[in-house]
Amino acid sequence: MDLSNAERVVIIGGGQAAAQACASLRQFGYSGRLTLIGDEPALPYQRPPLSKAYMKGELAEERLYFKPAAWYDDQNIDTVLSVRATAIDRSAQTVALEHGGSVPYDALILATGSRPRPLPVDGADLDGVFDLRGLADVERIRPRMVAGRKLVIVGAGYIGLEAAAVARQLGLDVTVLEMEDRVLARVTSPIMSQFFDDEHTRQGADIRTGARLAALKGENGQVTQAVLADGTELSADMVLVGIGILPNIELAEAAGLACSNGILTDQDARTHDKSIFAAGDCAARPLVHYGRTGRLESVHNAIEQGKLAAAAITGKPRPSVDCPWFWSDQYDLKLQIAGLSQGYDETVLRGDPKARKFAVFYLNNGKLIAVDAVNSPPEFLASKKLIITGARLAPETLSDTSQSMKEIAAAAV
Amino acid sequence: MAKIIYVDHEGTERVVEATNGESVMETAIKNSIPGIDADCGGACACATCHVYVDEAFMETVGTPEDMEQSMLDFAENVQANSRLSCQISVNDELDGLKVITPESQH
Repeated sequence: MDLSNAERVVIIGGGQAAAQACASLRQFGYSGRLTLIGDEPALPYQRPPLSKAYMKGELAEERLYFKPAAWYDDQNIDTVLSVRATAIDRSAQTVALEHGGSVPYDALILATGSRPRPLPVDGADLDGVFDLRGLADVERIRPRMVAGRKLVIVGAGYIGLEAAAVARQLGLDVTVLEMEDRVLARVTSPIMSQFFDDEHTRQGADIRTGARLAALKGENGQVTQAVLADGTELSADMVLVGIGILPNIELAEAAGLACSNGILTDQDARTHDKSIFAAGDCAARPLVHYGRTGRLESVHNAIEQGKLAAAAITGKPRPSVDCPWFWSDQYDLKLQIAGLSQGYDETVLRGDPKARKFAVFYLNNGKLIAVDAVNSPPEFLASKKLIITGARLAPETLSDTSQSMKEIAAAAV
Repeated sequence: MAKIIYVDHEGTERVVEATNGESVMETAIKNSIPGIDADCGGACACATCHVYVDEAFMETVGTPEDMEQSMLDFAENVQANSRLSCQISVNDELDGLKVITPESQH
């Protein structure tokens, strides 16, 4: 459907995808009315530093914002903040707001993001138990990050481990509980899990895998203890919960849009309603290099889909679709991930984990599908390109550190 | 405060006031300077804020650290004066700094 005459574009959400869609719409020449509806009080900001430099106090709040307030004025963008959108009327093409009133649209972008998966145990509502998703969460957490206090982190995913690294560097006593038998079990291979487990242990965190939290207990409403399924009791001044996220798809579902663990979109970030797009954590998109549909929780994904939606609305050619990529900072380790390792049948180690500089490549039928690179940008950057060309690489070539990644990439077929 | 001059690949100059302590990348993003993507927001994770530093400022700006250098090695059209602008922190000495942005970051 042609939206090139659209005069009213509405974006629901105020995160990375929403910010990108705003910038790209204006960059691609859209000059009509543009409204961003966000349920947080803040203008769009970067989330990755919340569990890294910002949590540690190394980054001022103003540096989190993608654009200053004046930019939204200059670009003639209406920002409706601290307001939830409550319903989408697809036939009238309006978005209803929680305090009454509605906003009409010609094109609508759902950038509703995700929310932390709630902790399903007694005591999860005690004071001192926190999720880590938004700026407001970190504002509550930071004053309690005091050396010597006991922090229990539930979940050894990226967020949990990044927070553990920050907390150890601030001198807290840190225990990480992970239900699975290894850290980062959902996202990486056993060799990487072992490396990060060793690193956090060496840094003084108590990493407990195969540990199921049974309940949180408190005194006077304040959390004091975490109780495990095996009866172990751990004292806690604070508990951080990082057990994954749930996509915010309820608005879309209620409006009858097709969803499957995410709002289903095509390659242009368009839902099956030709006037409605979805971008970021909330969207399930075609993963073109992998021949399947999936939801990605990443900065790259939010940026790319924000651009795709803006291009489709303005009738611009579809921007190129890059290899999915991610990063995580823990202590002095920079982990850079290219591709999606799900479904690998072979791993290849390049370099030495003991040197804290190495990479694990993931192959499927001889084809490179992903890499986890620790303090190794060449492995990451070369793979990012090789993955989308469907390169086949011999394991003995990938592991041969006498050849540079440039040489390996140049010889790849 | 320092003035930073961004020159795009076609030669158009844009002059902006930068805040000390912020990076040349952040200053560009906040002022909607074209040619710098900076997808990772300054974490030195993505190599999409590549710029060329004007020769006159090469010494003041300094040389990249190892991590940055190894990322630059994979940027397009790298030259001796290439830097990742997220790793250049603005200070008074950089007043008048001229950086040239490449045609594309990919």
